Amino acid sequence: MHSNKYTIIFTMLITMVLAFVLSSVYSSLEEQTERNVQADIKKNILSSLGFVPSEDMPWTTENVETIFTSSITSFVIDKNGDIVDGMIPEDIDPKVDKNVFPLYKKMTDGKVDGFAIPISGKGLWGTMYGYFAIEPDGATAKGITFYKHVETPGLGAEVDKPWFQQNYKGKKFVDENGDLIGIQTVKGKVDESSEESYHQVDGISGATITSRGLNKFLLKDLEAYNPYLERIRKDYNS
Amino acid sequence: MALLSKSSKAAVSDPLMSNNPISLQVLGICSALAVTTKLDIAFVMTLAVIAVLCISNTVISLLRNMIPSKVRIIVQLSVIASMVILTDLILQAYMYDISKQLTVFVSLIITNCIIMGRAEAFAMQNGPWKSFLDGLGNGLGYGIILIAVAFFRELLGSGTIYGFKVIPDAMYAAGYENMGLMVLSPGAFIILGLIVWAQRILGNVEEE
Repeated sequence: MHSNKYTIIFTMLITMVLAFVLSSVYSSLEEQTERNVQADIKKNILSSLGFVPSEDMPWTTENVETIFTSSITSFVIDKNGDIVDGMIPEDIDPKVDKNVFPLYKKMTDGKVDGFAIPISGKGLWGTMYGYFAIEPDGATAKGITFYKHVETPGLGAEVDKPWFQQNYKGKKFVDENGDLIGIQTVKGKVDESSEESYHQVDGISGATITSRGLNKFLLKDLEAYNPYLERIRKDYNS
Repeated sequence: MALLSKSSKAAVSDPLMSNNPISLQVLGICSALAVTTKLDIAFVMTLAVIAVLCISNTVISLLRNMIPSKVRIIVQLSVIASMVILTDLILQAYMYDISKQLTVFVSLIITNCIIMGRAEAFAMQNGPWKSFLDGLGNGLGYGIILIAVAFFRELLGSGTIYGFKVIPDAMYAAGYENMGLMVLSPGAFIILGLIVWAQRILGNVEEE
C-alpha cells in the first residue's frame, strides 16, 4: 500500500505532466486550427453565394483563400446602411460593436453578383450560425448555409442539407410595397398557387421550433441590414 | 526468432474475432451507432480509437507499479482523457472537415468502455509492449465492426461506398430508393444485431 503522502504527490505530478503536454500541444496547433476555422467560414460564405467546388478546384484551405480574395469584397456597414471606412469584418468585436455589421459582396466580371450576411439565432438546442446570400436586387434570396448548429440529426439538423437550402433560392423577403417581411417556413410543402408563396419555403417536418427560430432570426438579421439593402433596391430599380 | 511471442500474438488477434470488444463483450456501442453513417467517418474514428487505446495502454502499463491503487481509476481516466483531447486537437488542426462531423464523438472516446476496460483489465497487470499490442488488437477489433456496420449503412442508406456512388442511376430510375432507416440510429442497431448474431452462429460461441 502506498502512503497518503505518496498518493497526493503522485496525483499532483501526473496532473501537472498531463496539463503541460496538453497545453503545449494546444498552443503549437492553435494557429493551424484557427486557419481551418477561418477557411470554413469563408467556405460557407462562398457556398451561400452559389460557388461550388469543382474537380480541378477542390476547396482546400489555399484554394478557398484564392477564390475568396479574387471574387469577394468584404466591408462593414453601420446601422444607417453607411459603409464604415477603414474597417474589415475581422475587426468587429461582437461584444463591443453592436451597431456595425459585416457584409460580403460577390463580384463577377466587375459587376455585383450578390451579397452575403451572417445570420445567427436560437434553434431548439442552441444557437445556429450561418450565412444568407442576397441577389443584386437586394430583395431576393440567393442562398443560405449553416456552419454551426446543435440541432437534432434527421430533424432540425436538416437545415444544413441541400434540399432545405435549395428552397430559399429565388424567394423574396420584401413585399410589393417594399417592406421587409422575411422568409417563412410553412408546415409541409409550399402551396405554389397561394399569394404568399413568394416568401415561403417548405418546412422540416418534426422541427417546428428550429424552423420558427430560423424564421425569427433571419428576419431580425435582415432588419439590421435593411437600411443598406433599401439603397441597393432603389439603385437597382432606377 | 518470431516477431511476436505466442501470448503477444494472442493479445492482438483475440480481440479481432473470438473476443471482439463490440460484438462479444458489447462495449463501446454508443459510438458504434453514432459514427457509422459513412465509411470515411468510421475509418477516422477507428484510427482515433486505436491511437488513444495504444497510447493510453502503454502509458498506464509503464506507470502500473507507481499508480497508487486507491486512485488508480482516476489516474487512468486522466491519462485517457488527455490522449483523447490530444487526438481531438490534432484532428482539428489537420482534418478539420472530418473533425467537424466527429467532434462530439471524439470527446466521447473518453467514455468508451473499451478503453477504460483495457486499462483496468490488461495494462495494470502487463508490461508496456504487451499492453500496446492489446490496445492495437482491441482497437482493430472495434474498427472491424465499425467499418462493417458503416459499409452496410452507407451502401443501403446513401447508395455510396466511401463516398463513391455504387448504385447506378438506372436503378433509381427503376424505382429503387435509399433506405432512410439505415441513416438513422435504429439502422445501426439492426446491422449490429445481425453481425452479433452471425458471429455467434458461425463462431460457435458458448452462451455463459
